Amino acid sequence: MADFSNPEVVQEEVDILMIGGGMACCGAAYEVMRWAEAAKAETGVDLKIKLVDKAAMDRSGAVAQGLSAINTYIGDAQDPADYARMVSNDLMGITRDDLAYDCGRHVDDSVHMFEEWGLPIWKTDENGERHDGAQGMTPLKDGGKCVRSGKWQIMINGESYKWIVAEAAKKALGLDRIQERVFIVHLINDKNDPSRIAGAAGFSVRENKIYIYKAKAILLAAGGCVNIFRPRSVGEGTGRAWYPVWNAGSTYSMAAEAGAELTMMENRFVPARFKDGYGPVGAWFLLFKAQATNAFGEAYMAKNKDMLNDYPPYGQAAVPASCLRNHLMLHEMLEGRGPIWMDTVTALANMREKLTPREVKHLEAEAWEDFLDMSVGQCGIWVGENIEPEKKKSELMPTEPYLLGSHSGCCGIWVSGPTDVGAPTKEEYSGVPAHLPSGWSWGYRGMTTVKGLFTAGDGVGASGHKFSSGSHAEGRIAAKSMVKYCLDNKGYKPEFDETPEQIAEVI
Amino acid sequence: MPTYVRTDKCDGCKGQDKTACMYICPHDLMKLDKDGSETGHAMKAFNQEPEQCWECYSCVKICPQQAIEVRHYADIVPLGGSVQPLRGSDSIMWTIKFRNGTLKRFKFPIRTTPEGSIDPYAGKAMPKMADIEKSGFFTNDYAKGYRAGNPAELIRK
Repeated sequence: MADFSNPEVVQEEVDILMIGGGMACCGAAYEVMRWAEAAKAETGVDLKIKLVDKAAMDRSGAVAQGLSAINTYIGDAQDPADYARMVSNDLMGITRDDLAYDCGRHVDDSVHMFEEWGLPIWKTDENGERHDGAQGMTPLKDGGKCVRSGKWQIMINGESYKWIVAEAAKKALGLDRIQERVFIVHLINDKNDPSRIAGAAGFSVRENKIYIYKAKAILLAAGGCVNIFRPRSVGEGTGRAWYPVWNAGSTYSMAAEAGAELTMMENRFVPARFKDGYGPVGAWFLLFKAQATNAFGEAYMAKNKDMLNDYPPYGQAAVPASCLRNHLMLHEMLEGRGPIWMDTVTALANMREKLTPREVKHLEAEAWEDFLDMSVGQCGIWVGENIEPEKKKSELMPTEPYLLGSHSGCCGIWVSGPTDVGAPTKEEYSGVPAHLPSGWSWGYRGMTTVKGLFTAGDGVGASGHKFSSGSHAEGRIAAKSMVKYCLDNKGYKPEFDETPEQIAEVI
Repeated sequence: MPTYVRTDKCDGCKGQDKTACMYICPHDLMKLDKDGSETGHAMKAFNQEPEQCWECYSCVKICPQQAIEVRHYADIVPLGGSVQPLRGSDSIMWTIKFRNGTLKRFKFPIRTTPEGSIDPYAGKAMPKMADIEKSGFFTNDYAKGYRAGNPAELIRK
């Protein structure tokens, strides 16, 4: 057993501290440095900025493995208000339209930057034929046509998605402002005003060192929470979860300990996925037009359609809410008509009839790439069980529940929203505790109910369906606010009640 | 088990302070056994907590010796298949071996620009502090991705 007594204590004071290295913090890093530069040029204030990540930014966060699609891209033909309506419908009315709308109007900026940095985005040519993202076709920002796998989703060759986004963030920050392999586990409130944040502390995962940061503003964006419920995988497979097993839930626990109001924590997300390997179903349903059936080959979504009428209006939308789709699936399983199958065989056979010969050649590769880009373990199951998707169907299964705020779930922290979209400025119902702000916007966009503590991505509650791109955009939105907050609080000097030794002892 | 290191191929990244796999693993599972006291293989890396492995392949892709492979988890997957990548600077090649011997190879692009070539702020105008409270990013005019939309009819405000 290693000796953890008498750790070396490293202390640093900064203006802005970013906790996490995933999409949200990479977005924040990119935006914050530019505004900090502008602040210095115009006001002479030189903000000190640091990002602390428990992993390596190149592969940290939920996008570490890559992705085969960007699930939030509005495009120039759709309205962010439609996106906000979809988010609200999918989560059956428990999201905030102000947050979803704000994310929707900003998100495409980030996607366009990803493409400029080198992310290959699939394109459709003038004949409607689709091409992978390395063909040098017109970029999205100049009118290039994406390949939609759904109303809001676009296909990418995303193995290196995170690597590319991290490169831009690291270049923006410079290596001196990045501390990797330090796991922040403790937020510290201000000695003179406990409703204000003053710093954070954690430990090196490699050396016997404790890190203590004082900061005026903190962006807490360290992902969602995995393995809070018993995983379906057992034994040596325990680490194989749908969401990354390193998402420890520290975003929510630290925020709660610092006194931030959490919201929608009852909203657990259960995605239906390829059984055992957690392979994504989105492209199979939306791009390859596959159907899910019960053991008897019946399309249970059509068969059980009447059940959706019990949940108006959420069941009657063009795409019924995710949890209602699960509901219909579970109904079949409980009635003894499982297992549930993804009919890859029929889908691929149908696709072959419609596509050009060249496209057929790509089709098999596309089907495999969907898993290889983001869920390689599913391919491991296919090879181990000799499943070729054009010859053999695959089982679907609801996963264990997860806590997250960026995918089709919306638990997280209550944050201040935009002021210009007409969100409530006072509370409609009585009984809201006095220490909480009134209305949905109390100043700095993205700030929690603790002064100076901001969040983005999985951290933001009541605003699901942001996915990778929306989390990046949300990080950028919070970054601007943090710069403003620091300028407005120039005179504030964070102070701790505890001594560094006491903090080290807690950790 | 998930990832495992082939000790015949691993060179411990030639004795640098940390190996490529230690650098990259998002869950901090890879470790260099410097003196062989933990595995019996000195100067070889190993996965110190296989039951926490997400099978994300970050270590497999970054290993300069292609010394890391994945044996998919035994509670579910019969032995004998393999899914192995070779990641280059602009594409990735996958070799997929089924348990029954079927072999497939796929190559996909991974990026359209040279690695390390991103110049994050090139060609983008400096923002003005007067705009900091306005909606939109500093790349607003450049990236042409801001969608103003019409929030007037949102379901709940």
